[in-house]
Amino acid sequence: MQLFSCPFCGPRDETEFHFGAEAGNVRPEPAASTSAEAWADYLHFETNPKGPSREIWVHTTCGEFFLMERDTVTHEVKGSQSLRRGEA
Amino acid sequence: MTRRYSAFGLLREGLRGHTGWQPAWRMPDPKPAYDAVIIGGGGQGLATAYYLAKNHGMTRVAVIEKGWLGGGNTGRNTSTIRSNYFYPESVALYDFSLRLYEGLGRELNYNIMLSQRGLVSVANSDAEMEIAARTVNAMQINGVDGELLGAEQVIEKAPLLNTTDRARFPIYGGTWQGRAGVARHDAVAWGYARAADGFGVDIIQNCEVTGFLVENGRCVGVETSRGTIRAGAVGLATAGQSSVLAAKAGFKLPIRSFALQAMVSEPVKPCLDTVVLYPGTGTYLFQSDKGEIVVGGGLDRVLSYGHRGNPPMQTQVLSGLLEMFPSFGQLRLMRQWAGIVDVVPDSSPIIGPSPLPGLYLDCGWGTGGFKAIPAGGYLLAHLISTGQHHEISRPFDLDRFASGRLIDEAAGSGIPH
Repeated sequence: MQLFSCPFCGPRDETEFHFGAEAGNVRPEPAASTSAEAWADYLHFETNPKGPSREIWVHTTCGEFFLMERDTVTHEVKGSQSLRRGEA
Repeated sequence: MTRRYSAFGLLREGLRGHTGWQPAWRMPDPKPAYDAVIIGGGGQGLATAYYLAKNHGMTRVAVIEKGWLGGGNTGRNTSTIRSNYFYPESVALYDFSLRLYEGLGRELNYNIMLSQRGLVSVANSDAEMEIAARTVNAMQINGVDGELLGAEQVIEKAPLLNTTDRARFPIYGGTWQGRAGVARHDAVAWGYARAADGFGVDIIQNCEVTGFLVENGRCVGVETSRGTIRAGAVGLATAGQSSVLAAKAGFKLPIRSFALQAMVSEPVKPCLDTVVLYPGTGTYLFQSDKGEIVVGGGLDRVLSYGHRGNPPMQTQVLSGLLEMFPSFGQLRLMRQWAGIVDVVPDSSPIIGPSPLPGLYLDCGWGTGGFKAIPAGGYLLAHLISTGQHHEISRPFDLDRFASGRLIDEAAGSGIPH
């Protein structure tokens, strides 16, 4: 069983967490002048890195989204960070 | 020259103490240039090479594999073959594959041990029975054999199923595809490898692609751990590595990689002669020819390139198994493993030209690539040889993500794959 660290609740069982998205995927704005290709790139296309990865997760029990850095090969968790303004 | 396998040959070798067998394929060094290079020596890549030679007369072809032949997901899957899909595009693809499988052993002169023992997907409520009826209707409209079974018929197919009053997932009925079944996964890879080698295709193992050779904006070959190899066209038939190679070619794919695990029990006497799936528990199983109960389920919850499974999904799959077949609680597990599957948002594969001209994609098969090996190889070979889509592969082009014309089978057929 893996332990992930919620910045608010501390280390918890992995089953309490849900993967959100890759970090750094910024929604293109304004929507009206965004091409279908750019929108598809934002919506579907992924870096899907092998090795170090920065990901947005949600801790389903407390409801907070946060940034987690981990390694997709070794499964090592390097750290978690709040996404609240002024804290990240 | 590939020697033909036959019952007579087996008898002759038996009498001679098996001293006359020849290696089924060569172990050549890479040549400086080929007409086509296929990245990935799994079932899909080897099938591509075979159909390039057989259907299109292209024999100056190399298959490049970073590990050993069939050692990725071809050797790690649970070998189920079926075409019980919902959308016409998917049925055209997977039933084409199933039809190719039905003649494959004879065509390749290699026993792939195809066993069309049928697959029952069990409905556990009235609502699921309605969905089952809808699935069967879709299958029949699409010209695939599908049947709606009642509870009695399901229990007849698999008498050891949990039929007690206390069952958490009671049996209401289910869908049945009689032509579905299993095949020997290694044999599929080996059969295609031997047949492709017989046409003169070079299968190069222990050779990792480290980059792409690009001239005037076109892919004209690959850089590998064993030197540069030029190619008229390059095909990408990888799993668990597609995003990494796409990054080397300078583009992204709509893929997330997850571990998918499977397990087998100790071998027991024949007790289950069909493939059984409960969408409710997410667990499916069959009994292998060796007698082992082969069990699989859903994806691990965490994106991963580590070839191992996490305990939470193991727990879920095995608790599902015990709910479905309480008597299997006596069995001991013998092995557990995982493969890395490339999951696409609509659970359908990506077949078509890549953003880099000269490089063609056959990837993103998620958890269902084994059943599609003949079709994937056939369609990628068509693309590489003609530069054009086959009508079956057209809907699976990468352009569907921008056009929005997704083929969402996870929602359509309700079967994770």
